[in-house]
Amino acid sequence: MRTLRGALLLALIAGLLAGPARAADPLKIGFITSLSGPAGVIGKHMKDSVELALDHVGRKVGGLETEIIYGDDQRKPDVGKQLADEMLKKHKVNFVSGIIWSNVLLAVAPTVTGAGTIMVGTNAGPHELAGKMCHELFFSTSWQNDETPEAMGKHMQDLGVSGVYVMAPNYAAGKDMVTGFKRYFKGKIVDEVYTKLGQQDYQAEITALRAASPKAVFVFYPADMGIQFLKQYAQAGLRDQIPLYSVYTVDETTLPAVGDAALGNFEARYWSPDLKVEASQKYVADFKKKFGYTPSYYGAQSYDGILLIDSAVRAVKGDLSDRKGMVAAMRKADFKSTRGKFTYNVNHMPIENFYLLKAVKGASGEVEMQIQKTIFENHKDAYYQECAMKW
Amino acid sequence: MTGLLFVEQVLNGLQFGVMLFLLAAGLTLVFGIMNLVNLAHGSLYMVGAYLATAAFGWTGSFLLAALFALAATLAVGMLVEVLTLRTLYERDHLDQVLATFGLILFFNEAVAIVWGRTALFTTVPRALSGQITLLPGLRYPAYRAVIILVGLAVALLLYIVVNRTRLGMLIRAGASNRTMVAALGVNVRVLYTVVFGFGAALAALGGVMAGPIYTVLPGMGEEILIQVFVVIVIGGIGSIRGALVGAVVVGMVDTLGRAFLKPMLSTMIGPSAANNAGPALASMLIYLLMAAVLFFRPQGLFPAVRG
Repeated sequence: MRTLRGALLLALIAGLLAGPARAADPLKIGFITSLSGPAGVIGKHMKDSVELALDHVGRKVGGLETEIIYGDDQRKPDVGKQLADEMLKKHKVNFVSGIIWSNVLLAVAPTVTGAGTIMVGTNAGPHELAGKMCHELFFSTSWQNDETPEAMGKHMQDLGVSGVYVMAPNYAAGKDMVTGFKRYFKGKIVDEVYTKLGQQDYQAEITALRAASPKAVFVFYPADMGIQFLKQYAQAGLRDQIPLYSVYTVDETTLPAVGDAALGNFEARYWSPDLKVEASQKYVADFKKKFGYTPSYYGAQSYDGILLIDSAVRAVKGDLSDRKGMVAAMRKADFKSTRGKFTYNVNHMPIENFYLLKAVKGASGEVEMQIQKTIFENHKDAYYQECAMKW
Repeated sequence: MTGLLFVEQVLNGLQFGVMLFLLAAGLTLVFGIMNLVNLAHGSLYMVGAYLATAAFGWTGSFLLAALFALAATLAVGMLVEVLTLRTLYERDHLDQVLATFGLILFFNEAVAIVWGRTALFTTVPRALSGQITLLPGLRYPAYRAVIILVGLAVALLLYIVVNRTRLGMLIRAGASNRTMVAALGVNVRVLYTVVFGFGAALAALGGVMAGPIYTVLPGMGEEILIQVFVVIVIGGIGSIRGALVGAVVVGMVDTLGRAFLKPMLSTMIGPSAANNAGPALASMLIYLLMAAVLFFRPQGLFPAVRG
């Protein structure tokens, strides 16, 4: 007992002595996401997941005292870039992470990597960053934009569906999603309809859709747009008539607002809360316990981002000046990812599985997503050969 | 078939139009009579939607929830007028824009604190969840049909109130010549508070009806407010009639443009070019229309008569 107390005392003194030196130089991570506006709920999922990851590493990423600086990009590229500049120059962060939107990431990633700092993207996957603009200091813990619609295109091709009505918002990612879908779906496309980004009322488009009487519908409507589209699709009485396949539309951020209007909807995804992976089950259980709601892939990717940084800092034993060592460690993806073990492609994009999901009534009576089958195993994005990086 | 499709799209346009009208009516009165630029009008729409959604959850009756939301938003509107806007009437429009923009931020954060950032779940009341057959072969969602009816009824009611009652007379007089109304012994302060509360209740009615078909979430008012400003510019500031005509015109042009512009273009310039040009042009149509109105008739189609 006495020796224990002595040891504690000694540790305390050592801590006090070492304290000031360490405290002046903690590990700093800048995390940028959308915390206000219609996409604020996605930002909340991501931020809560970062906090959970910190809990799981004892609030010390890579064994170092850690400070996270959160920034709200308001879904605007210019605001995102300003935040990154401020984090790099004023806070002198060691890593920048986060970002929901492709257009924001395209502004932020070059700023961060150009300053010699490692960037970990935890959602958006614009094809530029997977191909020609790939960078040694940029890693993604999510996917390349085209991959998820590719999986859905493959599934619908395998089903032999013909006569598909395609809808997406009229902006870069919307076009990317349709490109990815058409890379694997070779059947007949009845019409391609692009709507205004942030549109609220889809009644005119749904009326036109019904008049075209397609065999199936494929849509990409993230966040608030998805909620509106799904409700109005169900209210038009089409839910039981024409099967709806979607990407990034029905998920844990939109289900609470959509409810039964999503029942029977098919989605493609690389991760889902019901994935039978130990790290994922721990993440989901602890997340529900701490925050009281079901996490989404946005959160799982952000959780993985912190663990990836943790693995890199551990590998160099906390020597944050050893950037080469950290990059080498990150390339191994040596951490307990929520998606299970995966590897990095040459362009620092994950090579991972994609699953077919369906919105069904769960045991609790709430609508939830359930994995039906695996569409792609160890899928690579379509752009990695354009990336000049060698390792 | 194509005839019926056209009729259905016209109904869609009308439905969107009356929705815009509910917001535009209040905003144009406040602007015309009180000479106040109120950017926070969309926030009152949001407050109405939130209160109705919450009350629908508590009571299970959509009608009770709607009445509660109207009354409560009326009170919120009057409170906002008394607490913050009163001091702004004599100030520059820029100060008003700044202050009401602050109100937007306040209301967005307030609802996020109370109800969270996640969009709220609401659904169409069961009695109105089906489709009704308007013509043989033309089925239309019952709820949207009700929106059209309610919107037109409100327009009629407003017409009667503004043109046939003493309050309406004061409102019209206030829009024409405020100083004279005050000089004749009317308590302009109270009139302003009543008009503002009234406008807030109309916005809330829009929010109540929007809840089940759109998304109830923080910031929902800003998207629609831009289109409402277009309505007011086209219709003419301060005039209910202008607001109605402007709203229906904007609703029709936007809806029909989205529905028929692309198919029309694809017969002229080919489908792939139409795929690119169609949506871009359709989303610009109402702004092009506004620019044209500003050019040929800067005061709007039906401006309030100024003395």
